[in-house]
Amino acid sequence: MTRADNISGNLDWLTVLLFFLIALLGWLNIFAAVYDDTTYQNIFDLSLNSGKQLIFIGASVLLIIIIMVMDFRFYDTFAYIIYGVIIFLLIVVLLFGREVAGSRSWFELGPFRLQPSELAKFATGLALAKYIGTSGFRMDKVMDQVVTFAIIGLPAVLIVLQGDAGTAIVYAVLLLVLFREGLSPVLLIVGAFSAIIFVLTLLVENHVYLYMGILSAATLAIFFNKKRIKRIVFIIAGALVVSGVIRSVDYVINDVLKPHQQNRIKAFINPDSDPLGFGWNVTQSKIAIGSGGPWGKGFLKGTQTKFDFVPEQSTDFIFCTIGEEHGWIGSFITIMLFVVLILRLIFLAERQKWRFARVYGYTVACIFFFHFAINIGMTIGLFPVIGIPLPLFSYGGSSFFGFTLLLFIFLKLDAHRTQVLVH
Amino acid sequence: MNESRKYIIQLIVVSVAILFLGKLFSIQVLDGTYAEAASSNVIHSVVEYPYRGLIYDRNGKLLVYNTPQFDLTVTPKEVISLDTLKFCELFEITKDEFKESYQSIRRKKGFSYVRPNVLIKQLSERDLARVQDFLVDFPGFGIQVRTTRAYTSPVMANALGYVSEISARRLSLDTLRYYHQGDYIGQSGIEAYYEEQLRGKRGVKRVLKNVRGIEKGSFENGKYDTLAVPGQNLISTIDIELQKYGEYLLENKSGSIVAIEPSSGEILSIVSGPSYDPNLLTGRNYSENFSRISSDTLKPLFNRPLMAQYRPGSIFKIIQSLVALNEGIINRNTYIPCVMVPMKCHYHGPGETLVGAITNSCNPYFYNVMKRVVNRGASEDPYEDTRIGLIKWHEYVGSFGLGSRLGIDLPNEKSGLVPSTAYYDRAYNNRPWKYSNIYSIAIGEGENLVVPLQMANFAAIVANRGYYYPPHLVKSVGQTGEPLPQYKEKHYTMVAPEHFDIAVEAMAEVVRSGTGQYRAKLRDIEVCGKTGTVQNDPLPDHSVFIAFAPKDNPKIAVSVYVEDAGQGARAAASIASLMIEKYLIGETQRPNIEEFVKRGEFLY
Repeated sequence: MTRADNISGNLDWLTVLLFFLIALLGWLNIFAAVYDDTTYQNIFDLSLNSGKQLIFIGASVLLIIIIMVMDFRFYDTFAYIIYGVIIFLLIVVLLFGREVAGSRSWFELGPFRLQPSELAKFATGLALAKYIGTSGFRMDKVMDQVVTFAIIGLPAVLIVLQGDAGTAIVYAVLLLVLFREGLSPVLLIVGAFSAIIFVLTLLVENHVYLYMGILSAATLAIFFNKKRIKRIVFIIAGALVVSGVIRSVDYVINDVLKPHQQNRIKAFINPDSDPLGFGWNVTQSKIAIGSGGPWGKGFLKGTQTKFDFVPEQSTDFIFCTIGEEHGWIGSFITIMLFVVLILRLIFLAERQKWRFARVYGYTVACIFFFHFAINIGMTIGLFPVIGIPLPLFSYGGSSFFGFTLLLFIFLKLDAHRTQVLVH
Repeated sequence: MNESRKYIIQLIVVSVAILFLGKLFSIQVLDGTYAEAASSNVIHSVVEYPYRGLIYDRNGKLLVYNTPQFDLTVTPKEVISLDTLKFCELFEITKDEFKESYQSIRRKKGFSYVRPNVLIKQLSERDLARVQDFLVDFPGFGIQVRTTRAYTSPVMANALGYVSEISARRLSLDTLRYYHQGDYIGQSGIEAYYEEQLRGKRGVKRVLKNVRGIEKGSFENGKYDTLAVPGQNLISTIDIELQKYGEYLLENKSGSIVAIEPSSGEILSIVSGPSYDPNLLTGRNYSENFSRISSDTLKPLFNRPLMAQYRPGSIFKIIQSLVALNEGIINRNTYIPCVMVPMKCHYHGPGETLVGAITNSCNPYFYNVMKRVVNRGASEDPYEDTRIGLIKWHEYVGSFGLGSRLGIDLPNEKSGLVPSTAYYDRAYNNRPWKYSNIYSIAIGEGENLVVPLQMANFAAIVANRGYYYPPHLVKSVGQTGEPLPQYKEKHYTMVAPEHFDIAVEAMAEVVRSGTGQYRAKLRDIEVCGKTGTVQNDPLPDHSVFIAFAPKDNPKIAVSVYVEDAGQGARAAASIASLMIEKYLIGETQRPNIEEFVKRGEFLY
């Protein structure tokens, strides 16, 4: 039995199929998003986004072959080095990168442009997996927690410094991975509460109601945990953190976020307040999707996206094309593809006997999930507009390569799961 | 050890998916407002303006047509580094004018940064030819074409009317909501009366536009588009050569000429003096010209043939004769001595029979004739007797188309006045009145009022020996159509046709040997006419003449009014006979008469 046979036999072909299905749908919709029937257009035309995306997909097949050919132990062995190189690139891009739309996150090498922050995701996943996979790692040890958060936080901070807060937020989802590996749920719950409170603070004018709500919730929680001092301390600390969030909202809104980000949050809270101004994206995106009806207008028959009513229609707002041209049925199929992919990844991660592979698998699943949730959520007005792509679907080489790397390194690890000795 | 936590993570993933599908179901399937918003986003209705109908004269010569007008437009977004100085030089405007006109379009509603806005309206053809080649140097500037009216000859302004932007008032009256702000509409004359036929039907093209308002093709391949239907052409009854000649004769005079073909009621020419060049109210200087013309003290916009009301004067005596003849009160031999009481008379013999009385315009004769018509002993009470008589008389006179509108196909026709019993009751404040109070109407003075059109129609009635078709200006709606139905209805007077022979004879006598003999007599054609001299104290009298010719089987009936020109036998008789000559022969054989008219010295 040759090594190649071994790979093809053990590779999870369902995930590979899902990968190519999503990429194919993405490619067709990228063509539809900017299709102009007044001029003859060919989906393979290299001057169009669809033609370029096809090149990216082709190039990623090469990338997949390289990943498959390389030794699976490489990713474990070189995890920190890869991480270090990417961190270095993130610093370099901060100094020498090209500024695009207010963010300094692109390298420009002749005709090619590269966004290191897209690569930072898989590198962070590897480093995180490597650290957690080390024997003796304990999630409840303070030192281990500090290092874990540092691994996640370092690229996130650098990306915020580049001015790309949207991409940085993705790292928050790694809390879910840590949760799976034993992190106390309190942190997760406090985080979720903080996010909810953050939005509520914007919605509710009088903050006294919020404090009263937190106070009664905390009182109730303490009442049910009368006998456990440790939990009471946790609850009080959590309530204080959440209250702190309320105080910090004004500061965050006015001093940390850029004006366009502030407007996005305002638009999310009330899109009708300025439908032609900062509410435009959300309003038009909902109109495009809503006008698709149950069955859609048909391939290339959409009007809202291709007539530029929806901005960024082939990248961040690509889901509008699905919603408009393929209706609820098309949206359903697209969402199901992603959900099946994510659940499959969780299933694959759980069957790993090697902790490194499991943690990395969860990283991949969670990052896919976060992109999926935030991207579609913003197009239908359930989340504020955060400019992150729909994985494998949105137009863009860096993002497509990033997700390909992320996914296939895990499939490579999965293919070799039986060769790994349990540590 | 924490393996069960995978369920929580899976649960989060599945709940988010369910949340999304639920939200999508609500906006895509349950809520229809998004689909509406989407179509109003992209589907725009573009109005296609129809071609306005053309107007021809009775011989097929074009009178009114459409001509392209060129507007200079600017699309601010496309303007790149404008060389203002060069631009201003090219368009022969100052820098301030340029700035001002740009500022004024910016303030206008509907100004767009990305679509063309009209900067300079209606470039002249000279300007267009000059600037066209240079426009490429000014990106963002372009020429937009639309059509306006143009006239082959500078005549007939009041009858043709003009077309201009619809007024706010007119727009508010448009209950069918056909018109939109900025639409053009016929404002007077034929343009207004036949607006519905001329305007055609607007079409609507539904086009898709992108977010910047740029056209991206038709909606559903034009399935819902409607084509613009061009307006119908009109063939007018006007003989343009006769019209031009009439305007030539009436130059520098106030008054009117109306010529009618008696057998059909078709108006051959309708001249109002003073007039204006209709081309002044089409071009770029419309508003400037309009305010100048409308404030002119000579009132060129006042359409005299329809709107100027005069006393009928002596011409009315023919009607009195006809009424009395029909009632059997007089016959052609009735002799009445001219006693100069109660009214004076022009100098003639000691008395007249009917034809002589008409020819010599004997006032006391007709005082007596009307007295006999009105006071016939129907009642012992002289007041009641007059009342009964006047009702009958009023009915008779009304049947000649007097005292009410004839219904010409032009707006703003005046009805004139034939006094009724109700009128005198009002005038005398319900105190009793009798013939001695009202007798001045017997000779066409007093309260009687007519418009020139009614007098021309009266000449046509006599020419026809007792009937008329309502005078009209359009003989065919559409290239081979018919006039409007009301113009095909024959109207008889209450006077039996056989009595008209005496009136015809008297009118022939007027021209043969009476007041019309010097200037209205033609060598080869027997003209029948009647002079009128309408008192206009303290200014000179108005000169009036009605005529028809030839005497047998008449082809043309004319009324001429020349204001402040003295005796009817001079200005009006000359013009009327020249019109007849022009129409029947093609040119005048009496240059001295034409010269007399052009010289314009009628008071001596």
